[in-house]
Amino acid sequence: MDFQAVFTKPHLLFLLDGLLVTLEVAFLAIVFSFVFGTILGILRYTKIPVLSHLAILYIETIRNIPFLLVIFFGYFGLKQLDIDLPITTSVIVSMTIFTSSLIAEIVRSGLNSVDRGQTEAARAQGLSYIQTLWHVIMPQGFKRTIPPMVSQFVSLIKDTSLAVAISLPELTHNAQIIYNKNFNATIPLLLTIAVMYFIVNYSLSIVSRKLEKKLSY
Amino acid sequence: MDFSFLDVYKDSFIHGFVTTIEVSVVALILSLILGVIIAIFRISRVKPLEWFGTAYVEFFRNTPLVIQIFFFYFGLPSLGIDLSKFMVASLGLAIYTSSFIAEAVRAGIQSVNKGQMEAARSSGLNYIQTMWHVILPQAFKIIVPPLGNQFINLVKNSSILALIAGGDIMYAADEAAVDYDVIPIYIFVAGLYLLLTIPLSLAVNFIERRWAKQGSR
Amino acid sequence: MRFNKWVVSLLLIMMVMVITACTSNSENSTDGSSIENIKKRGKLVAGVKFDTYLFGYKDPADQQIKGFEVDLMKAFAKKLLGDENKVEFKEVTSKTRIKLLDAGDIDLIAATMTVSEERKKQVDFSNIYFLAGQSLLVKNDSTIQSIKDLKGRKVSTSKGSTSAKNMKKMAPEAILEEYENYADSLTALKSGKVEAVTTDDSILMGMQQQNPDLKLVGGQFTKEPYGIAVKKGNSELQKELNAFIKEIWDNGQYATLYKKWFKKEPAKELPTDSVLQTN
Repeated sequence: MDFQAVFTKPHLLFLLDGLLVTLEVAFLAIVFSFVFGTILGILRYTKIPVLSHLAILYIETIRNIPFLLVIFFGYFGLKQLDIDLPITTSVIVSMTIFTSSLIAEIVRSGLNSVDRGQTEAARAQGLSYIQTLWHVIMPQGFKRTIPPMVSQFVSLIKDTSLAVAISLPELTHNAQIIYNKNFNATIPLLLTIAVMYFIVNYSLSIVSRKLEKKLSY
Repeated sequence: MDFSFLDVYKDSFIHGFVTTIEVSVVALILSLILGVIIAIFRISRVKPLEWFGTAYVEFFRNTPLVIQIFFFYFGLPSLGIDLSKFMVASLGLAIYTSSFIAEAVRAGIQSVNKGQMEAARSSGLNYIQTMWHVILPQAFKIIVPPLGNQFINLVKNSSILALIAGGDIMYAADEAAVDYDVIPIYIFVAGLYLLLTIPLSLAVNFIERRWAKQGSR
Repeated sequence: MRFNKWVVSLLLIMMVMVITACTSNSENSTDGSSIENIKKRGKLVAGVKFDTYLFGYKDPADQQIKGFEVDLMKAFAKKLLGDENKVEFKEVTSKTRIKLLDAGDIDLIAATMTVSEERKKQVDFSNIYFLAGQSLLVKNDSTIQSIKDLKGRKVSTSKGSTSAKNMKKMAPEAILEEYENYADSLTALKSGKVEAVTTDDSILMGMQQQNPDLKLVGGQFTKEPYGIAVKKGNSELQKELNAFIKEIWDNGQYATLYKKWFKKEPAKELPTDSVLQTN
């Protein structure tokens, strides 16, 4: 085992380079999937005909297929349809398509957890359906979505590593390039990047726990 | 839509479909066993066991599955441990999934009133008997829905086998994608995965709804 | 209500980011690969390998793309645009390269790509600039000496390469494992998951130079002439490349680059397309 091969300056810089790509892709994908997922979840919750059915179809299809398939589709499939995206954008799009379906379910069950009696009470007071949704249901529902939402984002960060299959120059890919020249460094390298992912994800979980506590008061 | 790739790659897909099912079933059983053991460690009063359980859960669920699989497949041989692809895949998937299952089981167990443990223990049952006959059956209802979701994830995650030339559905898709248009292939593959995941997903929904009704009665 | 203000401002921030993300990415692809367009753009976009030592690889030490094909493309950029630095390298693999070329992500492919009749239907090739042949890379203590010894043994290669197809034809009883790239194929050999890697000897030579515990065996059992691929119908760029290959052969630059990378003299003559027929 060769730990020294990992901790040379150029190699560490190369890994950090990969980590930056990982974080950049993950951050943008988190933001986009939060937006689209929330919209989808609300659509499904509202039971507006056609729209909510489309939302159901989308959610149930996408969340039941492997993410790797979505990545391949977002890269090779879109190219075949003449939609030409640079690799980083393609991965962000794939992650957004996939994660929004899961976020949508979290949002819906958060909204569902709010007592239906409250809707009736608010409507009886003269609020419109949209006003009720916006002022009464969503603020309460969203609070409960924070923990599952954050663990979904942790999954997303981990899943960026699957883009290694289409050679996105992220952390796992860069580690691969190094251990191919220094085979004895395979285990040390895999451990090193595992720790890097762990630090990012674990900090995120801690922030989420703090946030949860704060909001529960 | 041109599905002529099936003429050449039909056998690959059949073989892949079977492999995906085999790996998923073996990993599912293993992950359930591991998950329950780790959950019991986590709530154990023996400190080292508790620490081990916590470290296990936090480490494996906060690092990417790809890295764990690469570690088992490419890394372990240099330590003299040479596992077959099937072993790597089922063990890797089982360990990863068990960290999530352990959390679900722990939450389930802890939701059962503490007094019951004390009561059972004072009536002469030992710790394991109490767990098995008193606590786990009650915790079961709370555990099953999240478990169902973990099994769906497991089936989806098994696609990672393609990255170690594991001969699953995804690998067959990759093989076919070299010579044929990718979109029909991806649609076909999505169909195969949905065939496996949708019934699971429906079963989870069904159980959840049925128990919810019983609970409110 | 405080909560909703927070949501609205978050949404606004996101929209701004969406817009910036979209605009910053829109200039990444080529807008047609005619020579006029390349000149107007001021840079050539070449698809090369990033994981194939000696031909195209990213050096982790300084992040630079290096290799024989990379140097060839720099020389071509110099001929075309007057500056060897006016070339952008994009990573391709055997699996991605034709798709990227068709999509217009790259102007040309210089990535250990074998000229074959089948591929000529998809892309147009320049004249041949390198003659490789499929071979085997094994551990120094391996009992495998030629392709005949592969019966029932595991051999790895990269997905989408001609090597996989040749192997299925020439050694149908070998157990073929196709990995995502050559890097994984090599890792599989080193970790003992397979007993041999098969692909063009040119690529295997690079792996061997970096791993002295491995050796090449079995000679060249196919002929793999490499050509530079351009999009089907782009005969203008194809002709320019042919003129370029002849030029560097005649003025000795080819020999210099060949010696730099392969540590030996090139053959007396550049192979021609006729090797295809003898195969």
